[in-house]
Amino acid sequence: MTRAPRTRARPARAAVKDDPASAYDMTEVAEEIESRTLACIVDNEPGVLARVVGLFSARGYNIESLTVAETDRNAHSSRITIVTSGTDHVLEQIEQQLLRLVPVARVIDVTNSTGGIERELALVKVAGVGEKRVEALRLSEIFRARVIDTTNESFIFEVTGASQKIDQFIELMRPLGLVELSRTGVLSIQRGKEGVG
Amino acid sequence: MDGSTKADTTATSLTGAEIVLRALVDQGVDTIFGYPGGAVLPIYDAIHAQDAVRHILVRHEQGAGHMAEGYARSTGKCGVVLVTSGPGATNMVTPIADALMDSIPMVVITGQVPTHLIGSDAFQECDTVGITRACAKHNYLVKDVTQLARIMHEAFYVATTGRPGPVVVDIPKNVQFAKGAYVGPDAIQHRTYSPRTEPNDRRIEEAVDLLARAERPVIYSGGGVINSGPAASAALRALAKATGFPVTSTLMGLGAFPASDPQWLGMLGMHGSFEANNAMHDCDVMLCVGARFDDRVTGRLDAFSPASKKIHIDIDPSSINKNVRVDVPIVADCARALEALGAAWARRRLRRPSLKVWWSEIDAWRARRSFAFPPSTKVIKPQYAIERLYQLTRDRDVYITTEVGQHQMWAAQHFHFEAPNRWMTSGGLGTMGYGLPAAIGVQAAHRDALVIDIAGDASVQMTMQEMSTAVQYGLPVKIFILNNQWMGMVRQWQQLLHGERYSQSYSESLPDFVKLAEAYGGHGIMCDDPAKLDDAIREMVATPKPVLFDCRVEQAENCFPMIPSGAAHNEMILGDISGDEVSDAGRVLV
Repeated sequence: MTRAPRTRARPARAAVKDDPASAYDMTEVAEEIESRTLACIVDNEPGVLARVVGLFSARGYNIESLTVAETDRNAHSSRITIVTSGTDHVLEQIEQQLLRLVPVARVIDVTNSTGGIERELALVKVAGVGEKRVEALRLSEIFRARVIDTTNESFIFEVTGASQKIDQFIELMRPLGLVELSRTGVLSIQRGKEGVG
Repeated sequence: MDGSTKADTTATSLTGAEIVLRALVDQGVDTIFGYPGGAVLPIYDAIHAQDAVRHILVRHEQGAGHMAEGYARSTGKCGVVLVTSGPGATNMVTPIADALMDSIPMVVITGQVPTHLIGSDAFQECDTVGITRACAKHNYLVKDVTQLARIMHEAFYVATTGRPGPVVVDIPKNVQFAKGAYVGPDAIQHRTYSPRTEPNDRRIEEAVDLLARAERPVIYSGGGVINSGPAASAALRALAKATGFPVTSTLMGLGAFPASDPQWLGMLGMHGSFEANNAMHDCDVMLCVGARFDDRVTGRLDAFSPASKKIHIDIDPSSINKNVRVDVPIVADCARALEALGAAWARRRLRRPSLKVWWSEIDAWRARRSFAFPPSTKVIKPQYAIERLYQLTRDRDVYITTEVGQHQMWAAQHFHFEAPNRWMTSGGLGTMGYGLPAAIGVQAAHRDALVIDIAGDASVQMTMQEMSTAVQYGLPVKIFILNNQWMGMVRQWQQLLHGERYSQSYSESLPDFVKLAEAYGGHGIMCDDPAKLDDAIREMVATPKPVLFDCRVEQAENCFPMIPSGAAHNEMILGDISGDEVSDAGRVLV
């Protein structure tokens, strides 16, 4: 065996000997991860959600939250809002791979930082009596949470807002007797007069 | 749609099974490959009642899938498969995944248990749309006969347009019996799916700006040029002629550019030519057409063609910037984009640059003769066998299929193609067992052609049962087995990468291929003498029925040149022609 002489631009790393023996390139690169919120307008046909979710698992993408509901009954279309994260390159691929799915009509970046308004709703059940109960109710007013059910020993709060606000509210409720929690995941829409259907 | 046309289309009420057949005819389908079973019997009844669509009965559903792929790739038409529910559908998973990776247009019709039994774990039930979702371009479960005709036509539309791929239509048995209206294929409009085919003018101008200034250009073409049709190959040739640029191609793209042309550098990639890989590495402008920067092509990504500006033409936007960042992305059909580039080149009255320095460098790489191999008078060298096969069939109308492994790479290196659609191989998924059924599919479309499956002794046994199909339909495919009694590529990697620990790669107890051929009703030939090889090949070509050719070759031969794992294009290992060091090391262990 002879090794061909190197010509021109030498690669940064030396020979391949240190790598595990493999027919694949095993090098991994660490890059900065960022979060992105995408809205997918899809044809509301059976299995469309499975296609979208399956794409994320098949290609190793993250899903941080996902919400879906029909938005136009006549046009038969649904809106899926996905919060995902990855490197810039991965996020671009996610968008393109989503568009490759036959029933996906549009993919819009509705991330907060690019002019999207993000909202989430949570139902928070807090059980307790006495001082803690009073404190929970007082804090809920600061967060503009509504009480939607009450017993002598519990409240259920409905709170909406950006995810961080809900996170904060939940952290405050924990020591006050939080027993159950249900969150919708993020919804998002672009600011301004333009509409996307 | 207004009332009157609606009345016209609903005038004919057919059963679901009849709708399927009618849709196939209206889509121009003349041949389908399939295997009957409980959940598709109504459709088989409809097949029995007509002559327009020929059905080829296979021996295993996987065979039907690869036949449809061979048929599709050699004709440019859509391949069609019909199989039953449950095991029929699961046996189709490999060809569906294969067709997705290699962008082969294919419509797969599967039977399903009746709708009221779906989800009850009924006999031969499986979640076909669930299983194939990840490996098909798209799929449908037809629950209502009134949707069947539309879905059939839509399936063909999705399979054949944009980046082609396999589409599965799962039809429950009660839907095949139910009666409904038929609608024709015209005016298929998809609400959400409309692939872009026309290039952006500004991008074309940017690309020509780069091409016009290039001093070390290379054209890197791929399977997309074949998929796009003959116009794309013609446009590629015209552009190459106008510019004088060197052309290399992926495994999937062989034939789009003629191998006899002086501008041809040979295949690139892991086992590609020294000149092609070095040209890729050292170029200043790369024009990638219908290829996808696959890991077998790029080698180590951070050292891939470091100094070049890259133009990428692809019909699939997700292919662009997927593995390699490009400077000028052009989302379009290859033919349209290449024609637009050619037109822009002519409009600017650009002349063919001399590129003297670049060509002299390329010629120096060529002089290394990286595909050369040490000759032998005692044993048949696998490369020699392919070379002779090529020389002795040059005057024939030849189609080549392959299995997967060393023989596939040697075929790509030593068989030369002048035209597109002549080379059928499993490039993306790398499916052993692809070649034999694919050859049958090709032969079914080209009755009088010489169709040869260049095979390995391990691969060919994976779908050997389809010999029976070839004999039944009088399809005289030639199975040319490079028999080295090893899973050659596995053995080679074990030798080079795993300390010569040959774990489970020796082919123990190979069948007597000559007797096997005869048992199937075909013709068997064995040859182990280089001096007798030519006559044996002539005998194979002259035999008017399926032939198994057991070509006993050098067992320890390695496939070179090779880009080792994690290496760059300019770090290729060349086989040493004089030293014979590798073969010796290998021979000791055989």
